Parts: sequence; C-alpha cells; structure tokens
Amino acid sequence: MKYTGSVIKYGDNVDTDVIIPARYLNTSVPSELAAHCMEDLDKTFVSRVKAGDIIVAGQNFGCGSSREHAPIAIKASGVSLVIAKSFARIFYRNAINIGLAIVECPEAAAEIGEGDEVEADLDNGIIRDLTTGREYTTAPFPEFVQKIIENGGLIASIANGAVK
Amino acid sequence: MTQKILAAHAGLDSVQAGELILASLDLVLGNDITSPVAIREFAKLGKDSVFDRNKVAMVMDHFVPNKDIKAAEQCKVCRGFCADMDITHFYDVGDMGIEHALLPEKGLVTAGDLVIGADSHTCTYGALGAFSTGVGSTDMACGMAIGKAWFKVPSAMRVELTGALRPYVSGKDVILHIIGKIGVDGALYRSMEFGGAGLSSLTMADRFTIANMAIEAGAKNGIFEVDDLTLAYIREHGAAEPKVYTADPDAQYDEVLNIDLSEIEPTVAFPHLPENARTFDNIGDIKIDQVVIGSCTNGRLEDLQAAAEILRGRHVAKGVRVIVIPATQRVYLEAMELGLLKIFIESGAVVSTPTCGPCLGGYMGILADGERAVTTTNRNFVGRMGHTGSEVYLASPATAAASAVTGRITSPWEVMGK
Repeated sequence: MKYTGSVIKYGDNVDTDVIIPARYLNTSVPSELAAHCMEDLDKTFVSRVKAGDIIVAGQNFGCGSSREHAPIAIKASGVSLVIAKSFARIFYRNAINIGLAIVECPEAAAEIGEGDEVEADLDNGIIRDLTTGREYTTAPFPEFVQKIIENGGLIASIANGAVK
Repeated sequence: MTQKILAAHAGLDSVQAGELILASLDLVLGNDITSPVAIREFAKLGKDSVFDRNKVAMVMDHFVPNKDIKAAEQCKVCRGFCADMDITHFYDVGDMGIEHALLPEKGLVTAGDLVIGADSHTCTYGALGAFSTGVGSTDMACGMAIGKAWFKVPSAMRVELTGALRPYVSGKDVILHIIGKIGVDGALYRSMEFGGAGLSSLTMADRFTIANMAIEAGAKNGIFEVDDLTLAYIREHGAAEPKVYTADPDAQYDEVLNIDLSEIEPTVAFPHLPENARTFDNIGDIKIDQVVIGSCTNGRLEDLQAAAEILRGRHVAKGVRVIVIPATQRVYLEAMELGLLKIFIESGAVVSTPTCGPCLGGYMGILADGERAVTTTNRNFVGRMGHTGSEVYLASPATAAASAVTGRITSPWEVMGK
C-alpha cells in the first residue's frame, strides 16, 4: 500500500478525548464524527484537512478511551495514514480492524515537519519526506495483521473465512 | 499469569511474548456508546445469533438515564439487539450500574477468565485474577460472532508490593503514584502484574481501582495474584469456579517495580495527564469549583464509605458543587441502608443514580471555562469533563471529600489527621 499526502503534525499523548470529544459520542455516523475530529486539540483541523493528508505525531497516539469512533473520525476526515513514534494499544488494533493505515516510526515522527509532502510505501517499509529528501525504514506488520488488512479489515476477514 | 491464561484459551501449552494468537473468550462486554458500532459491524457478518447468549454482556451506563435524543436512540439499538439475540446479561435503567463495578458484583467474571470489553477500563477485572482488556467495537462484534479475538501476547512488568497503606490512603493513591513514576505509556503494550507480601493489605475495592487504571499507564491489562480475599469475593458474588494461575518462580519480567505501600501518601494527578502525580508537599493552594465522587474507578461502597467518613458532620465549602454517584444500584441501596446518602445530602452534596456521565464529559456535572474539579475518575485530559479551558485533578475518594469540605485541593490527613 502506498500513501502520499501533506503532513499535519501533533505532539505526544494525543488522546481519544481530543480526537473525538465524548460530547459527540451520541452518534456513530462517520461523517458526523469527522466534523468534530481533533476539535479539542486543534480547531483548524477540520477546515484544513484534505483527502490524503498524513498525520504525524509523537508517543502514545490514541491513548485513553477505547472508542473506535476515534480512528473512524480520522479516516472519515480524509486522512490516509497516521505515522507516530508509538500508538496506544487499543487505538492500534482499532485502526487495523477498521482499515485506517498506521505505522510506527520514531525517526520519521521526530523529523518530518508540518506541511511536508510525504510518500509512504508500507509494503516495503519505506517512508520518504519529499520536502526534505530524507528516507526512513519501518518494520512491516506481522503476517497475521497483514492478512486482516489484505482482507479489508477484521469483519471482512471473518465473513470470508480468512479468520475463523 | 497473563501468558498462562492466554495459552489456556488458545489451546496451547505455552505462549511467548510477541506471539500472535487467536483465543477463546469467556465474556464479551459492551456499553451504550461502543455497542451500537459493534452491532452495525455484527450485522455485516450476516449471523442470526451470537456465539453464546450467556457470554455477552451489554450495559447501558454512559449516557443513562438518557441525556438526549441521540443517546436514547443508541440505547434503543442495544435494547433491540439484545432482545433479538436473547442476551442474558443486558442491563438497562433499573438494574444497571457502571459496567466495571457491575460485572464483578453480578459474578460474571471469575479468576482465570479471558474477557474483552469495548471499553478501555475493562482491565478492571484483573483484580479477580482474570485476563481482561479493552478493545474496540469491531473486536466486540467479532467476539460476539465467533467467541474469539486476536491478541499479541504481552511481555510483563511486575509490581512487587510490600508494606501496608496508612489511614486515608487507598488504591487510587497507589495507582496514581505508579503512573506518576512510569508515565502514561510506561507499560505500553505490556501486562502489569501485581503481587507480593503487601497484597494482603489491599481490599478488593483497592485492587479494582488499581487494575482499572492500568490502561492509564498504557498497559494491555493489569492482573493481581489470587489470594483468599479474591476467592472469598468470587464465592460471595456467585461467580463460576475460579481457575487460579500463578506466576512461575522464574517468570520473565522486563521490569520490576518495587512499591512499599507504607510510603504512599495521598496523591493527586494534575491536568492534563494522569502521570502528573503530586503529593501534598507540592500542591499549594488550589481553589476548586466541583467535586465528583464515583465512576468505574471509585464508585464502590468502600469508596463512598471513605468519603462519608470525612463528610459526616461537616459541610461542603461554599461555592463548591459536590456530585456523588454510586456505581451500581446495589451500591446505591447499600449506601442508603448504611446512612451514607443522608450524610452526603446533609453535607450539601447531590447523589445521582449510576452513570458514567461526568467522567467523560457526557453530562451530570460538565465544567465551564476556567473551572476546576477534584474527581475520583480516571482521566484528566484536555476537555475531559467539559470546556477545554477547565481542569480535572484526579484523586482518591478521601482526598475528594476533604477538598469538598475546604474548597481547595486538600489532603485527608489535614482534615482527619494521619
């Protein structure tokens, strides 16, 4: 899978309460959630995010509540990929399960800057910052997780018998 | 302990940290926020029944009694699904409670179980010697469908407890102290295993509180060694026969944290992360507007007793709003029979029926811009309890009650003595 987009950058410990505040959890409609995505951290996010954009963040991205509404809101806002130093574990599996591409890469997360154009080739584990010309390598997903992603998420994997 | 439970549920003799396994589930949990998404995903699987109607629990607790029309619609979806699927353990207004206080109380979890819940604080049941962990709605949907979930086997951090807690110090102070030491990602992806000679001094309520907030250190689960107190609790609540797993003498830990309980002081986590733990030598004079005593972390009877002991015969400070929320209907009833509700009301507090409401900024105690709250809940992120300009200070029920009395963040030792 390849992703290309411009970067919106955040710091450490971006929690699911700021990704989608609980006051909006009375719905699970993706477009309604996307309308409030990042609202309590960055009020400009919704107006400036473009389809394909890439979020780059620090440690423990997605910590806090298990709300799947968080990766759903990010995906529905048009973001194609999240690169972080590390992810909180429930967010990590939720993103995989709903098909939001994510990748851990501490070096890339540290160096890539706001507004940079980035190209990521996750099959080969390569992230390129087209603005600075720097290149980073990442570990591929474990095979089991690749199988879930290749089958279009966990639901589709169970429906087609790939996971029993 | 965690690895043994996972191996047993994956049909394997043993598992290694980092291994990916598909494991059988003893219980799949959801609430009124996460279940509607899971039900929508479940429908895509085309199944007309869940894997076991006795092994799914759905608890209406976040926004009930319903806070608005949309919340009501979400509960209606859950109610309809549970009726269609003939779910045994569906808890609605009248018999509900905050899920992580309710399930142990109803005897739905026993030692050795493997539980997933579409709520991050599902790790609470580790207090019973179970492996329980929070997942998302898709995992819940698949769990309801096939009774299995995938896991990456975690490595373990050992928390070796010694000593005994001093008066007016409780499990909340212990876990805030630990998170303060290791940080909000200090146990990321790992299992936190609690045990040692100090374990016997901790009540079950203390253990539930500590396991509950393992997620606040990033942990996959928190799990306690099983002792006589655990077994007595499991029997008293009519849970299934416990399967007790013990750590091997040569068990591998990638970190050991030694905690002397006798050294723990009343501890408060400052905004906006649970790791910002401070003791009262470093707190100063901080005026507050609201106190919340409740939640899945601290809404049990022992928590209300700790608060009532301090509020008895005292009055809430002028200008402070105090909201007490018993975690379950049973806790509410017992608090009433013990006269605790009378103490709260006479002190100037209000008492609500069980709800997660204010903890996550849903309703029942939302903060305005610039307001500060001392609460017994579990998160103090930006905007967690209301306006992004408000501040949440996490503390024990005793500290919350002492602060209610003085109107500033106050150690229970100041009000009650050591």
